[in-house]
Amino acid sequence: MTDTLASLKGVSRVYHKGKERVDVLHELNLDIPEGEFLALMGPSGSGKTTLLNLLGGLDKATAGSVMVGGAELTTMSNRKLSDWRAHNVGFIFQFYNLLPVLTARKNVELPLLLTNLGSGERRKRAELALDIVGLADRASHYPRELSGGQEQRVAIARAIVSDPKLLLCDEPTGDLDRATADEILRLLQKLNSDHGKTIVMVTHDAQAAEYAKRLLHVDKGKLEARATA
Amino acid sequence: MKYLGLIWRNAWRKKIRTSLTILSVLVAFLLFALLSAIGYAFKSGADVAAAERLVVINRISLINPLPISYQSRIASTPGVESVTHASWFGGYYQEPRNQFAQFPTVAGDYFAMYPELNIPEEQLEAFAKNRTGAVVGHELATQFGWKVGDRIPIQATIWTKADGGRTWEFDLEGIFRNEDPRGSTAFMLFNYDYFEEARAFGKGTVGWYILRVEPGANPVEIANAIDEQFANSPSETDTSTEAAFAASFAKQFGNIALIVTMILGAVFFTLLLVSGNTMSQSVRERISELAVLKTLGFSDRSVLGIVLSESILIMFIGGILGLGIGWLLVQGMAQQMGAFLPGVYLSPLSMLVALSIMIGAGVLAGVFPAVKAMRLSIVDALARG
Repeated sequence: MTDTLASLKGVSRVYHKGKERVDVLHELNLDIPEGEFLALMGPSGSGKTTLLNLLGGLDKATAGSVMVGGAELTTMSNRKLSDWRAHNVGFIFQFYNLLPVLTARKNVELPLLLTNLGSGERRKRAELALDIVGLADRASHYPRELSGGQEQRVAIARAIVSDPKLLLCDEPTGDLDRATADEILRLLQKLNSDHGKTIVMVTHDAQAAEYAKRLLHVDKGKLEARATA
Repeated sequence: MKYLGLIWRNAWRKKIRTSLTILSVLVAFLLFALLSAIGYAFKSGADVAAAERLVVINRISLINPLPISYQSRIASTPGVESVTHASWFGGYYQEPRNQFAQFPTVAGDYFAMYPELNIPEEQLEAFAKNRTGAVVGHELATQFGWKVGDRIPIQATIWTKADGGRTWEFDLEGIFRNEDPRGSTAFMLFNYDYFEEARAFGKGTVGWYILRVEPGANPVEIANAIDEQFANSPSETDTSTEAAFAASFAKQFGNIALIVTMILGAVFFTLLLVSGNTMSQSVRERISELAVLKTLGFSDRSVLGIVLSESILIMFIGGILGLGIGWLLVQGMAQQMGAFLPGVYLSPLSMLVALSIMIGAGVLAGVFPAVKAMRLSIVDALARG
């Protein structure tokens, strides 16, 4: 039996835009087992990214419980959440969000600055992560010297360098052409199957969702299960 | 320290903007170094003044003389150990730009009054014996290349000679040093007897008296007793400590400390605006990057520290460069202006103050953008892209 890595129970998220109340998520329940590769699809504004933010401790639920890796995120202080994120979750964004002033290796090393590792060990681990994503030979390149696909690989290396169990991907292929997108998705699949990473991926792309083991549709703040191809 | 690479890279994100900001910081601290050194020269007299020495001047002002007859009366005041006198000569060597201080005085008495001035015994004796003899400080001798035995003509700007001439010639009998490193040796002493005999006017007067109080005597009581003696006379006196005298002498040139403070205040205020603007722009441009750092697990405090450190780093680079160039220029100034304005010196205290200003200005310039970065909402910042 597979353990549950993340569990959301009765989760609601309400925003207020001026006097207007916006119910983004409404009493949502979701269990994500360890080793899962879950795709979340849905129209814009359906609450996919909000769900991802709650799982990653970037945002807090208005109501309900968000348990990830045994930690209740809804009651954690901001400081503890920062620390928790550093050790338990990796993020991959649509626009890569690399720091342009740092080389690929230094970008990958960033999460390790929050550990007690020495510079030599940080460098070694960053190079290993870059090797896993197939970019060992681009370690000294700046983001502006890399293609979009390579930038996203660096971002993936940064997400896995501190060896978190959970990877959260927000439209990871949204800015890439089909061929490059497929490369990235295969890489995510490999991380899931070979390295045991649990992946939750938000996407608008049905072809991208096919790489996942499970697909959930989010609409108006609620979940609906659909089979992957 | 492990964030230093990140901070350094961020600081140089926009090379031209950072370079210009550093340049403005550099200029501010260069100005600080120069003005501090000049300010130091004006107040150094007070700093090296001895507590056991009092100075008696004319109550009206320093430029009004006192009768030479006062000397014996001052000497007989209870608590006074010894008295000597000096006067302002105001001349130059060869060219008006070679101005320095010359004082007619009594050779033995003056050196007894200022034991920190060190001169070989035989040179002091030769000076006392030769009516037209003179001694100069080591700084002055070095500047003009004088050596014992030289004949030095000094052009008077105040004291014409009885024969109408303005050139006073002196035989250099000795060169003295000051054991107090802060004290000046950029002045000349010559015999009062020669001055008294040869000058065209002002005979029977001196510029001021210097006296040493007996050990354990109360300087304030002695000063009051001297001033009371000469109250209601044509030349009333004002007796003060040597430090107060040096300070009032410097005040003749205006309140240097206030002028320096006002100029530097304006400079550093402008600097804060410039560097504050740089930091604000820098943070505005990378809101999403800061959000990414927070996403990766950097705490609010870490982000605050990174932005603040960046601001302090820029201030330090410019500040250290400005201070360094300033120090070099001050060395040059001290050599060029030593005779005219002795004591030009960038003191360790000034450097410490400069370092404090660098940190303070760095914090002030960076605090608002840093707090903005710290309070950044990750979700909002990432949504804005």
